[in-house]
Parts: sequence; C-alpha cells; structure tokens
Amino acid sequence: MSVITPIGTLYRGGEGMWTWVLHRITGVSVFFFLLVHVLDTALVRVSPEAYDLIIATYKTPIVNVLEVGLVGAVLYHALNGLRVILIDFWKRGPRYQRQMTWVIAAIWFALMLPGTFFMMKHTIEAMFGSTS
Amino acid sequence: MTTLDISAPRSGAKRSGQRSNFELYSWLFMRISGIILVVLVLSHLVIMNLLDGGVQRINFAFVAGRWSSPFWQIWDLTMLWLAMLHGTNGMRTIVNDYAERNQTRFWLKMALYTASGFIILLGTLVIFTFDPNIG
Repeated sequence: MSVITPIGTLYRGGEGMWTWVLHRITGVSVFFFLLVHVLDTALVRVSPEAYDLIIATYKTPIVNVLEVGLVGAVLYHALNGLRVILIDFWKRGPRYQRQMTWVIAAIWFALMLPGTFFMMKHTIEAMFGSTS
Repeated sequence: MTTLDISAPRSGAKRSGQRSNFELYSWLFMRISGIILVVLVLSHLVIMNLLDGGVQRINFAFVAGRWSSPFWQIWDLTMLWLAMLHGTNGMRTIVNDYAERNQTRFWLKMALYTASGFIILLGTLVIFTFDPNIG
C-alpha cells in the first residue's frame, strides 16, 4: 500500500470553516489571557499595593483597547459555542448553521457597538474631553 | 483489463483492546461547561468592564468587598475551574490536531497540564485564603 497523498484540502471555506477558525483563534487568545489574569489577581495575596499597581495598567488607554478585543473575543466564542451546540443537538441545527452564523454576527455587532463605547468612555474622555 | 487495487478504508488502523469513552465525555464537557461559562463569564465581563465605572473602579478594596460574600467566592471559584478545564481541553485538542510528532505532542501536553494545574491551584488558594487585612 502506498502513502496516500491528499487531493485538494479538507478546508472547504465558507461560514462553516471560518467560524471554526475564529473559534480556535479566540479560544487560544482567551486561554492565554486567563493564565495571566489569574496571576495578576493572585497579587491580592501579596499586598494591596502590588495588586493596585498591576491593575493600574488595565486602566491605561492601550490596555483598554486590548480589553475591548478580549470582550469581543469572548463574546464571539460564546455566541459561536452556542451555535455549535445547536448544530449538535437541535434537529434542524445543521440545516440552519449558515443562517445562525449571520444571526450571531448581528448579535455580536449589536452588543459590541455600545459595549465598546461604554468600555472606552473613560479613555475617550481622558484623551478628548467630555463625551456628554 | 486490470483491476484497480484499492485498499479498504481504515485497513491500517489499530484498535487497542481497551476502548475508552474519554473523548465522548470531553466533548460533552465542552458543551455543558460552555453553557455555564456563557452565563458566568459574560456577567463577569459586564460587571468588571461596564457597570459603575468599569475597570477604572477596580482596586484591592473592590476585590475585598466582593470576596466578603460567599456568593462571589463560589461564582469566581466555579468560573476558574470550568474556564481552565474548558480552555485546557481546547488546547489539548489543538495540540492533537497540529503537532504531528509523538514526542512533540507529549511534551506540549505536559507543559499545558503543568501550567493549567499550577494556575488552577494558585487561583483556588487565592480565593480560599484571601485576607482583606493583609496590608
């Protein structure tokens, strides 16, 4: 028996593949943040000063933008995870997987647009003055 | 006319005598923990990043206030364990998918389990031994 060379690729594109790719990327990113986040929170066992010093970096404009990215990644992973569960357990899930992709995209944008503004409110005000 | 010699699918696959249902349970765990984490983590993000001044109001006193309540201690402990196990199992799947050499897979997973075990223990210890008067 000779070695079988794959013809073409298993990656078919479309909503099915790209939602899966994004699920992996957001999952890995959130996992590494989680490791860091437990470490920074563990500083409450060292001293209030040590904890407050590290938490101060979370309040800077650049890290504030990263937090919006983190929330966006978690929200996508959560919504697409629910979509995967519906594909697995709902009788019509596989048939509607494409439509569900556009539903979760709509929910993501609907939540992220105001979410980004309110998460960034302090930073925007600090840099450009009052927003109201 | 010659016959094409096509080997039967899966002909080379080896099955060990003892089959385990580990992968089935891990698949199910991802879905059950995922649903619980949607509630726990999204609420956590809204509370920490949006409500009442968001991240700007977080400091030691804020953490001390929250962990004075067993409700938030149990919330954070559950979130820690479920998120770490869910994330570790996801990373295990990714290592299995992309690392091809047995040695590479083994050592990547050992590093993963070591890091995860350390973080879970550390986080649990911090929640259980938190002292608001440490300063």
